[in-house]
Parts: sequence; structure tokens; C-alpha cells
Amino acid sequence: MALIGFLIRRILSGIVVVWLVSTGAFFLFFARPVDTVARQLAGRAATPQVISEVIRNLGLNEPIMVQYWHFLEHLVQGNLGFSYFTGESVDTMLKQDLPPTLSLVAGGVILWLVAGLTVGIISATKARSLFDRFSNVAVLIGLSMPVFVIGELLILVVFVPLNQHGVHWIQTGYSGPSQGLSTWAGHMILPWLTLAAVQAAVYTRLSRGQLLDTLGEDYIRTARAKGLSERRVIFRHAVRAALTPVVSQLGVDVGQLLGGVIVVESVFGLGGIGEVSVQAIDTDNLPVIIGFVIIAAVFVVVANIIVDLVYALLDPRVRIA
Amino acid sequence: MSLTGLEAAAGEVAADAPVVEGRSQWQLTWRRLRQDKVAMASLVVIVVIIALAIGAPLFVAITHHPPNVAYPNQGETAAGNPVPPGTAGFWLGTDGTGRDLFIRILYGARISLFVGFVTTAIGTLAGVAVGLIAGYFGGIVDAVLGRFTDAVLAFPYVVLALALAVVLGPSLPVIIGVIAFFSWAAIARIVRGQTLSIKEKEYIEAARSLGAGPFRIMFIDILPNLLAPVLVLATLYIPTAVVFEATLSYLGLGIQPPTASWGDILADAQNFYQVAWWYVVFPAAALLITTLAFNLLGDGIRDAMDPRTERVLAGRRGRGQRRRRPPADTLAMRAEED
Repeated sequence: MALIGFLIRRILSGIVVVWLVSTGAFFLFFARPVDTVARQLAGRAATPQVISEVIRNLGLNEPIMVQYWHFLEHLVQGNLGFSYFTGESVDTMLKQDLPPTLSLVAGGVILWLVAGLTVGIISATKARSLFDRFSNVAVLIGLSMPVFVIGELLILVVFVPLNQHGVHWIQTGYSGPSQGLSTWAGHMILPWLTLAAVQAAVYTRLSRGQLLDTLGEDYIRTARAKGLSERRVIFRHAVRAALTPVVSQLGVDVGQLLGGVIVVESVFGLGGIGEVSVQAIDTDNLPVIIGFVIIAAVFVVVANIIVDLVYALLDPRVRIA
Repeated sequence: MSLTGLEAAAGEVAADAPVVEGRSQWQLTWRRLRQDKVAMASLVVIVVIIALAIGAPLFVAITHHPPNVAYPNQGETAAGNPVPPGTAGFWLGTDGTGRDLFIRILYGARISLFVGFVTTAIGTLAGVAVGLIAGYFGGIVDAVLGRFTDAVLAFPYVVLALALAVVLGPSLPVIIGVIAFFSWAAIARIVRGQTLSIKEKEYIEAARSLGAGPFRIMFIDILPNLLAPVLVLATLYIPTAVVFEATLSYLGLGIQPPTASWGDILADAQNFYQVAWWYVVFPAAALLITTLAFNLLGDGIRDAMDPRTERVLAGRRGRGQRRRRPPADTLAMRAEED
């Protein structure tokens, strides 16, 4: 029962957060001169009459609060509006642009978790060893490298030379899994590596730090004193406790990233939510920007709720109340 | 040993004692930090970078190459490509339009460091204030500030940063505002959590019973206990802000040309990577060295402030490798570890 009450409360506060985000986005973008949009739509040689016609058609001539009311009405019905330029519904655009982002995040998560946790656990159990020192340096470089630099470097040292030498498996741009799994992987491998390189650094550091802290706890000493093997102490007693913050970080990251991995998507020309948002920003396509911002916020909120639930399952000390 | 000798020794000990007692947490931290060679090296690197950034006009005076002036004749090859390092007085070569790359990197450092420090300062101040108020007052204040913090953290911040830059027009104040706007929320959350636990301590109760008001308690009694984690967070936030600015500029929505910025230089350099490696390598190295130095320093400060990690590490080190600590110390640690 406590669980249901907790869920209801979290969902309600999540709705408040999404409402705050959408209202913020609405006023940020709509409370500005509408001429620029209308002028772009109407074309260069448009007369003032045509422009005011366009503004009327888009409903931009109404008072801002009336527009806001319409916006909320549509939002509650699950209608995110229509692109100014193609007239396409934002919901449809979202369905088209989600697969590249989803592919990127899904593959990236697996890579960075495997790499990050393995290196993190080895580093913590062999703290101050040569391996630990090297991994610390690698982690710091990963944390300090801007994503676009890693992406560009991969293009320069992997993509360009391979294609010059007739190996065309690795490609930029996006090709869905329905076009063949191998082709899909060939298009995704560099984006996956780029995303994973940055994230693996975060996870290595986090799991190493947490595990080191846990290994200093009294109950670990007790476990060792009982004569348990070091392997059992580390995997059964320490890693499990150390992983809870990793799980919560994972939830937050996946939520954030599903809202668009702008830089990686842009560097490799994948399309996807991030890249399309940037294009929408460039063209003042307000409904698309706002729709994508709201969806991204929903991902973050849902991820946070899931994290709290998983947290309670993993760590018996966390009570849901 | 004679009696007078003992007395003298005792006197020395007595004279030393207050000095030993008088070490504050900050002094202890500084002592530990000073022994951390990597952190100290990072500090030196940071100081050098700051000095280079401040002294940029000096290098213009030496090389006679102002940052925004192109030299189509000496600064470009016959094919119009950048010239390599060391050519015609260009220490690190030239960029795509024949400007001095070294000078532009120095001026880029000014932007990066300025944005990094200013946004971190604003974000830290705002985050501490929000976190303290939310944690101390609790109830409805906490709920409202908490939802607001959640909303900021839930914003897809790169999209929003780009959008703001477009809406308000990309300029230095806008970029600082955008980065600062997204920097306070994480700090506010941590400060709130710490405040929640500190405000239950007895000495806060004592302060209240002496008639201290809420703001006195928050800023005089609670805040000093938060400075250590906040300092670490702030040091580690500077490189994040530097990368944030570089990313915005790389995407064309940060500092606008011709003003030099590392992200902007790197975006331009993409078109020349096959003919001018230095055009990519030097600005990327500048960016990497700067962020790496701040990250290493932040790590060092955190380790120096947290004796717990040190104890665990020292204990582990004691097992495998030769230890450098005095025997009494290690014995105590051994007893604790095994």
C-alpha cells in the first residue's frame, strides 16, 4: 500500500515538474516578436498583408494567455502541435526521430556499463596499483575531453583512413536495424564508442569511489574476519551495496540522454531527437522545440521515478514513506 | 639524559603543543594537498594558464600579431592553407584565414577561464542559497524550491541553452547566464541534503535557544560546515563550464567570431584537418590540459579533505607495496584494517 501511495505522490510531483518545464518553454519561446516566423513562412517577397494573414492562421495574433490556454488544452490531449513548415504533427516527427536516439543510447549504455563497472571494480580492489593509476588517468582524460573532440578524433583516425583503404563497414549517418543488423551496427559503432567513452569515465569513477568507501565499512571487516574469501567479500557484500548509487546515476543519465544526445548526433549526422531539436531551433519552429523539450522532460521525470523504485528494492535501508 | 635536558625537552613539547592543537581542518587539508604531487602540479599548470591568458597582450606586443588580424601573405601557403608552426614568426602556425594560432589560443583561454570562473561563482552562490533555504525551512518552501530545482534538472539543458542563445542572441553575458542557470541546481540539491542533517545537531539547537535568527543560523552556523563539499563541487564544476562554453561555441551558438574561443577554433579547424594538424591539435590540447588540470586539482582537494578514502587507500597500499609512512601510523592502520 505504501508503494502505491508513493507512486501516486511521485507521479503527481512529476506532472508538476513537466508542467513547469512546458510553461517555462512556452513563455520563453512565444513571448517574443512573431514576425520572424511569419516572414520565413511567407517567403521573402511577402506583402505585410500576407504576413499578418500567416500570423492569424498560426493563431499568433491572439493574446499570449489565450495561446497558452490552447497550448495546455492540446497538451492534456496528448497533442504536441504541428510543425510550422511541413504541417507534420510533432507526435509523428517524434516517432520518426526517436529510433536513432534510442539506438544510440541503448548500445551506448551496454558499452559504458560493461567498461565502466569492470574497470571501476578492478581499480577499487587493486587501489593504487599500476592498473588503478592508468585507469585513473584514462578516466580523467575521458572526463576532461569534450564530446565533440572525441567524436571528431574518431572520425579522423578511424572513419577516414578505413574508408580510404576500401573498408566501408563503418559509416556515418543513420540506418535502422530493419536495413540489416550489420549495416546498423556499422553506422552506430562510432557514435556508441563516443558516447560510451565519456560515460564510461563517469561510471568507472563512480563505481570505484563507491566500492572504496564500502570496503572501508565495518561490515566488510566483519565479513573478512569471518574468513570469507576475498572474492565473496567483494562481490557478495561490497559490490551490491556499492552499486545503488550507480543505478540511480544510470537512471538519470538514460533519462537525460533519451531527450537527445545533441553533440554525438550532430557530429555523426544521425538525425534523432537532439539533432532535429537543433534544426528546429535554427528555423524558429516553435511547436517542434517545445514538443521535444516536453518529451525530454517526461523522460527525465519517468527515469527518476523508476530510479527511486529500484533504489528501494536494492537497498533495504531505503524505506518508501 | 640529565634532568635539565628532560626539562628542556618537556618545555619544547609544551611549546609545540598549542601549535599542533591549533591546526584547523583547512590547515590539515592544505598540508595533505601539498604532499599530493599531481594536485600541486595541476595547481601550477592552472596558474601558468591564467598567467598566459592575462599576459596575452604581452605576447601580441612580442609577435606583433593582434588576435583578429589575418596575414594573407605570410600566414597562408600559396594554396591558401594555414602555415605550419614556426613559419614567419607564427609560433604555433596560423589558422584558416592566416591569423596567428598561438595568439588566438591565448585569447580563447581568456574567454574559457572567464566563463568558467564567473559561471561557477554565480552557480555556487545561487545553489548554496537555494539549498540552505530549502533545507533549513523545509515544508512548503522546500517543496516549491525542490520542484523548481527538479524542473531545471529535467530541462534538456543543451537544447535549452542553444534555444536561449538563439532567442537572446549569442553574446558573452547570455552565455554566462545560460551556463550559470544550469549550474546551481546540482549544488542546491547537495547543499540541501547536508543542511537537513546539520540543522538537527545540538549546537544549532543551542544557537536557536540563544536567540539566533534563521539567517544567522543558516549563514553563520551551518554554512561554514558546508564549505568543504561546496569547494570541491565548485572546483570540479569549472572544467564542466569550460567544456559547456566550448560546446556552445563549437555548435556556432557561443562566442561569435571574430572573437577567439576554443570551441569556435576547433569548429573551423575541422575543414583543415588533412592539411594542418596543428590547427586541430593545439586548441584541443589547450582545452584538454585546462580541464584536466582543474579535474585533477578538484580530485586532490577532495582526497585531502576526506581522510576516510586516504585510510582505506593507505591500508590497501600497506598490503601490496612498500609503505612510506612511519611505523606507528601503519600499525594503527593495520589494526584497523585487518
